[in-house]
Amino acid sequence: MNDIQLSVEGVSKRFGGVVANDKITLNVPRGRIVGLIGPNGSGKTTLFNSIVGYHPIDEGSIRFEEHEISRKRVVEIARLGMIRTFQQTHIYGKMTCMENMKVSVPRNGAGVARMFARFSPDVVEKSESLLEFVGLYPKRYLLAGDLSFGQQKLLEFAMALMNEPKMLLLDEPTAGINPTLINGLMERLQRANADLGITLFVIEHNMRVIMNLAETIYCLAHGELLSFGTPEEIQQDQTVIDAYLGAH
Amino acid sequence: MNGNSRRILLYGGIGVLALAAPWLMTAYRTQLAFLWVMILLALTWDLVGGQMGYASFGNIVFFGVGMYSTAVIQRNLHYGLEEYAHVAGRVESLSSGEYLTGLGLGMAVGAVAAVVIALILGICILAMGMRGPYFGICTLGLGVAAGEIASGWEYVGAGSGMVTPVFPEGLGERAIFFYFIFFFLTVVTFITLRRLYAGRFGLVINAIRDDEDKAEAMGIRTTRYKITAWCVSAFFLSLTGGAAGHLIGFIDPTEVAFAGPTFGVWMILMAILGGKGTLWGPVIGAVIFHVTQEVFWTYLFGWQRVALGAFIVAIVVFFPQGLMGWAQDRWPERFGHWVEEKALADTPGGEGA
Repeated sequence: MNDIQLSVEGVSKRFGGVVANDKITLNVPRGRIVGLIGPNGSGKTTLFNSIVGYHPIDEGSIRFEEHEISRKRVVEIARLGMIRTFQQTHIYGKMTCMENMKVSVPRNGAGVARMFARFSPDVVEKSESLLEFVGLYPKRYLLAGDLSFGQQKLLEFAMALMNEPKMLLLDEPTAGINPTLINGLMERLQRANADLGITLFVIEHNMRVIMNLAETIYCLAHGELLSFGTPEEIQQDQTVIDAYLGAH
Repeated sequence: MNGNSRRILLYGGIGVLALAAPWLMTAYRTQLAFLWVMILLALTWDLVGGQMGYASFGNIVFFGVGMYSTAVIQRNLHYGLEEYAHVAGRVESLSSGEYLTGLGLGMAVGAVAAVVIALILGICILAMGMRGPYFGICTLGLGVAAGEIASGWEYVGAGSGMVTPVFPEGLGERAIFFYFIFFFLTVVTFITLRRLYAGRFGLVINAIRDDEDKAEAMGIRTTRYKITAWCVSAFFLSLTGGAAGHLIGFIDPTEVAFAGPTFGVWMILMAILGGKGTLWGPVIGAVIFHVTQEVFWTYLFGWQRVALGAFIVAIVVFFPQGLMGWAQDRWPERFGHWVEEKALADTPGGEGA
């Protein structure tokens, strides 16, 4: 538990008068699955955006491995090996699934030579096997924009894996996915974590999913860190229950 | 195998037709040379405007820069500055060798100049994070500004423009000479773009077009790719402009070189008509546009501008995706967008997610 991969310390983010994150402190240990829950508008996605450098933070410090990343930009943070997926799917709609995968190879185009390079057979092979992994192999030549919402989420997950991240930040991976497929997706998330050693940091509203998936859960409410602990502890925590049911 | 032989047949057919065209239609040699210019304009615009989704209204700048650079080098190589005004129009003023050296060197210098300008503009506009309509408006000003600068700059003839040297007799017929220069340039440009679109570069600029935020979140240094794409476009466009100036023979700052309302708009329309973001779209669009334009000019003289305007409106209304885009929607399988039914049956839950 001592090997902290991502540490967020006293991070605050304000939008005008609204305090979206108020001195949040949390740790994500390497190789684990950590959950982030909270009612709507509690600041979960804002915290994700702050971590990946989407907007500057007002105070605090964010460290990923040995790097201080609170002043770094999105691209540079992603290149350190921390990839996020979006709540609303972000895929390249006018490109085929295979092209979506191929363009997601890690540290894309470091120099001019790599910029103009062709794709090696390895990349093609890996793209195909990852599409197979999420069950999209038969549709690999379809335009990504023609896939259903759930399939686009799976594609986005496969693209993230293609990038060989050290840590994945998943923003509601199961939202909008057919309930029968959720189990399959959960199993794939666990396999990515166990087999590939990717640390997962997951925002999730589906309690059944997050309680089964995560080893540690942080709960936010009104921009503040309300509680954290194992799924069992969180389920029994009165403040968490109150936050969700609106008791004040 | 079948697809390969069909492709060879297609390219071979076009090649033979292109080589024979000046003798098949002897009366239209200059127009045929301009057909290749149009294809080049559409292809180079589409690299940035179509494939990358950054609609630039200022690409004409690179066309004009190539044109002026070539003309200036041609002049400085063979004349003194004062002498030039008197001799440029004189018959037999340059030998074939001198003419070719000036043209070749001028086009090369023009290409380098255009790439440098694209690099600087790219750093100023693209690296600042200008996107979508904001990028378009920024570039719209570039063409206008370039025309104004050229109109006021004595060194390049200011408002009265520049005259290129008379075409030397030793090189045969002017229209045929330039026909093959533009044909060759088109082939090189097309092959280069085809190669670029097939690799990492092509996919990355497509990704920027589809979702730039996602591309950045995936660790792609988008600014580098955007600036590079603009430089590649500027390079080929400048070469086109350099030769086009010598074909036209007279370089007016706003009517020929930085001709925003004509070439500058046409390059966009041709790419959209054929289907922006596709390899063949700009080529098809340019052919249709150029032929239509010439037909209007011949048969609807006096109304040709009106007819052209109506044609443009019709393009945008009925083919917003362009001909290739329309065809791709209609027959997706022919463009390789298909579902493998057999594999689908083997994959539980492959459907209906």
